[in-house]
Amino acid sequence: MSLERFINQHASSWMSGTGPHSDVVLSTRVRLARNLDEVCFPTVFQFDDAKKIVKQVNDAVSEKLSLELLKMEDLSPLQKRVLVEKHLISPLLAESSLYGAAFISEQEDISIMVNEEDHLRIQCLSSGLKLQETLDEANKIDNVIEESVQYAFDEKRGYLTGCPTNVGTGLRASVMIHLPALVLTRQMNRIIPAISQLGLVVRGIYGEGSEALGNIFQISNQLTLGKSETDIIEDLGSVVHELMSREQSARDALVKTSKLQLEDRIFRSYGILANSRIIETNEAFQCLSNVRLGIDLGYIQHISKSILNELMILTQPGFLQQYAGGPLRAEERDIRRAALIRERLSMQETN
Amino acid sequence: MICQECHDRPAALHFTKTVNGEKTEVYLCEKCAHEKGEYLFSGHPAFSLNNLLGGLFNSEPLFSSNPAFREEEVTCEKCHMTFQQLLKTGKFGCANCYTTFDSKLTPILKRLHGGNTMHQGKIPERMGGALHLQKELQLLREKLNEMIASEYFEQAADVRDQIRAVEQKLSGEGGGS
Repeated sequence: MSLERFINQHASSWMSGTGPHSDVVLSTRVRLARNLDEVCFPTVFQFDDAKKIVKQVNDAVSEKLSLELLKMEDLSPLQKRVLVEKHLISPLLAESSLYGAAFISEQEDISIMVNEEDHLRIQCLSSGLKLQETLDEANKIDNVIEESVQYAFDEKRGYLTGCPTNVGTGLRASVMIHLPALVLTRQMNRIIPAISQLGLVVRGIYGEGSEALGNIFQISNQLTLGKSETDIIEDLGSVVHELMSREQSARDALVKTSKLQLEDRIFRSYGILANSRIIETNEAFQCLSNVRLGIDLGYIQHISKSILNELMILTQPGFLQQYAGGPLRAEERDIRRAALIRERLSMQETN
Repeated sequence: MICQECHDRPAALHFTKTVNGEKTEVYLCEKCAHEKGEYLFSGHPAFSLNNLLGGLFNSEPLFSSNPAFREEEVTCEKCHMTFQQLLKTGKFGCANCYTTFDSKLTPILKRLHGGNTMHQGKIPERMGGALHLQKELQLLREKLNEMIASEYFEQAADVRDQIRAVEQKLSGEGGGS
């Protein structure tokens, strides 16, 4: 299969690199945790309960929403891995859920996980910064499901969840943000602790820790109880706006004070991506981040902005193996990764 | 804070271990934490959060140091989860657990949610009108206070009328949920 077709087939709509503030914000995600009232939570429930829940959710959504039901037991490990890499399902659902399933929209911007840590995890994804719209979308789905099921809800504690860290709104809103200039000017180390004090969490895109792969950070709310959904996303939104404007001033300052060094860094990275034969994830991400910055600053003009969002997902192990059509060892993946990136870049040049 | 193990990388994780009431704090970077605690971080998707949460429940002095409390076995009628199991897993077994363990929950929720213990967000439509009206009433009362504080008395009078209307509707519904 040609790479172009592969990307067209496998890139989700939220990876398009469009949407508001997409020069800094890659994507927005909203997740609502819900449980059905009568049935025990997935921590302790039995196989029959799990099966019943999938059926109930299917009945609730099948007429009103056009979603495809994927049962974890029917998928190969590689298929599941690709879904995890696309953020459509969680590793927990893929590997250790009892009768786990996911309802996924064709555009891959909606995914309802069933029998994960909670009975339902309603998840919506958008490109760029769209907190309110994405929350509205998730609420719409929530309301549709609620028409036919009885949620576990308590006046005092709100929506009841398996883990007490999600109780209340069950809402986790997160924004994926590219902050190369703040990292380059060493400001992130000071910013991260400050954000944590506001009830928000900052992570590198692969887990905790201050090292972020490709200068991409995920910022999300920590508190789910005691604040309304709107307050939660407004607080998150205002911090994201603050970060965007700081990133912008850091970029301006870099262009003003070290234009040549910056340009050198960007074009060197481009050179590596366009020519390397073996490349590890870390180096690929760092170079992609630099190239993306070069595109944002107008130094590189013939490549589309979506390259970072796309390659960030498509150069992960699961995807590389799917594209190769079989399992690959780590060294083979590095070779494949380099080839895929080279091909992706030349695809754009010939266009 | 620098990692206590390698003295090189910045510490990303902070553990507090309590053994027999004696507290030890450990700061580790991700790599050392990974190496030190294979069983915690071995890529198992359930990860360590629950273990950490279990610790959070445990560290409540009320539960860990009061032997009388430990003897008393509270069990959820619906899913048969005991409080000890809840401490161990950090996860509830069913909706009824929240009622069963309610009295012990407030301090934990406070700690997890920045001092908050009461839900302020969305209410399911099905929960019936009363709850929605109560919520509306609460919002209107807050609005009234704000208006009085900023001396918008005319608007405040309107809000007061709205409050009365909602109160009437509420008493019509039987006074609440």
